[in-house]
Amino acid sequence: MKTVRSMVLVSHDEKSKASSSQEVIDAFNQAIKDFGLVDEVAVATIPEIGTIRTLPLVVIYPEASIYAPVRPEDVPFLVEEHLYKGREVPALKVKDPDTMRKAAWLTQRKGSLPAESRIVLRNVGKIDPESIDEFFAYEGGQAFATALQMTPELVVQVIKESGLRGRGGAGFPAGIKWDAVRKAPGKKKYVICNADESEPGTFKDRVIMEGDPFSILEAMLIAAYAVGADEGYIYIRGEYQLALERVQKAIQQAREYGVLGKNIFGSGFDFDIHIHAGAGAYICGEETALLESIEGGRGEPRVKPPYPTTHGLWGKPTLINNVETFANIPPIILNGSDWFRSYGTPSSPGTKVYTILGNVNNKGLIEVPMGITLREVINIYGKGLKQGQFKFAQTGGSSGSIIPASLQDTPMDFDSYSKMGVSLGSGALLICDDSNCIVDAVRVLTRFFQVECCGKCVPCRVGTDQTWKILTEISEGRGKMEDIAHLEWLCSGMEGLSNCGLGQTAGTPIRNMLDHFRAELDAHIKLGVCPTGICPMK
Amino acid sequence: MPTIKSLDDLKRLREEAQKVKELRDQTGKTQIVVGMGTVGIAAGARETLKAILTYIEDHHLPDIILRQTGNIGLGGQDPVVQVTLPGADMVTYGKVSPSMAAKIMEEHVVKGNVVREFQIEA
Repeated sequence: MKTVRSMVLVSHDEKSKASSSQEVIDAFNQAIKDFGLVDEVAVATIPEIGTIRTLPLVVIYPEASIYAPVRPEDVPFLVEEHLYKGREVPALKVKDPDTMRKAAWLTQRKGSLPAESRIVLRNVGKIDPESIDEFFAYEGGQAFATALQMTPELVVQVIKESGLRGRGGAGFPAGIKWDAVRKAPGKKKYVICNADESEPGTFKDRVIMEGDPFSILEAMLIAAYAVGADEGYIYIRGEYQLALERVQKAIQQAREYGVLGKNIFGSGFDFDIHIHAGAGAYICGEETALLESIEGGRGEPRVKPPYPTTHGLWGKPTLINNVETFANIPPIILNGSDWFRSYGTPSSPGTKVYTILGNVNNKGLIEVPMGITLREVINIYGKGLKQGQFKFAQTGGSSGSIIPASLQDTPMDFDSYSKMGVSLGSGALLICDDSNCIVDAVRVLTRFFQVECCGKCVPCRVGTDQTWKILTEISEGRGKMEDIAHLEWLCSGMEGLSNCGLGQTAGTPIRNMLDHFRAELDAHIKLGVCPTGICPMK
Repeated sequence: MPTIKSLDDLKRLREEAQKVKELRDQTGKTQIVVGMGTVGIAAGARETLKAILTYIEDHHLPDIILRQTGNIGLGGQDPVVQVTLPGADMVTYGKVSPSMAAKIMEEHVVKGNVVREFQIEA
């Protein structure tokens, strides 16, 4: 596994390009090659740096030293001194206090890297997802072999110590869940992989299943061994046809090789996996609705407690984890919990896969350590906004939050975000510039909940419908000031009284709007004006 | 089909698989990898793959390994094609249409000149 120890960021906006930043980047790549540091140092560009005069600007992490202006002929010396010998070069460091202040967001991250580090996506884009032989060539099966030589208690202990938290959105510690299932009484237990990824904008699980389906099988084997299960299900979203085919092929090959079935690797441990395809209901991503769906019932959530850890599928103890959570398991077993804790922040170790969408230049998929900031994601990986200013980001599909521009320097991990009253969600980052209207965005999200609500409990069924109607009124210029209090009342009702996560989080975007974008909402109601001109004010 | 009956079997299988992989990396064959996730296929990766296959068949090119893989992680750049000539660094091309694929085959794979205009900047 490639572990980058240092990272070089070079400013690469229009002004930097005029000051030969391309030559600087080429010089860095060449010098890093010459010193044999290719596997240790990553080079990336910052397409938007702001109004800084001394360009091109270079930042080297983890020391967060800023060098500016850097000429191509300085680069070999800089690489030799800073990256090869590990000494900063004071002569080239930026001295202009104005530049220092404007580049402050770059130096905040002293001591860690905003570099991509692929744990979950270690094999994605490398192996042929339809050949188990390639998987074996890339350390496949080794983690399960390691786990088989440990006791189940020890496996659970390692996962607990690693501090891995569920990547489905809620961030529940995985080790505690595993321990609860292991200790639950009963002979028959199940392991379920929740691959019903329906949050709008999220496609990280699809990428993992399409690129490396074998890792999921391996992780489920480890989980089954640890909790004492002998049967597993993968609940795949119905729309993910390609993922379904690839997982099917993977299971087929694993059975032929004896990786699934009876007496696996001669250890006396049996395990087999079934696939269950969803039929397009958002609510079936909720774990108890998912169980109902597998059992053949209507996709409606159950009353909790009892939790699935003791009364899950057909009333038996059941472990349900998200695809990305499972994909983290084999590297943790192979490398140990301390290694895993070296990534991310103390409260949320490890990495997170984000799908970047919206008004940025470079859309796609990244895996970065927990604790990176939104500004870094937009400027380094999103390659800047296409136009305008950053206004808000929507995390984790619909049950995520709306992150206003004022929070873009908050580290993205479960605890830092919940302190600020927002949530990380499932890992989609919909970046919106200032041409987007907040009322319109929230109205669209609420409409999604209104359509996807299963209708079992009243607060969610009525609440999602009413909030959508009120927001439509406001966006069409018929809003009243009383509507705001009404929205607040509906949101607190949905949060406190709903049966499952859908209703409990359906009010989050509205609350975020009331907290951070009150002025824009007031303009819609009091002045009858949509500041961005998107809402059809009549 | 080898069935894994013990941990030793797994070890042997892994060594064999790694040997195959090493051989593939060292035989002096050109490797072409096409990103075939849902994003890639939606962007037309199947047509690109077909164009590359057709080019290989039409020109009877020997010693080329054409592989598919999952999403490479450059959603905005799909279809992505990665070409590794023997002994050279991997070159990544983005938004490769079938006609571009033919040009890459002609210029890069056959003549050995990297097609800079299609290349994705680091």
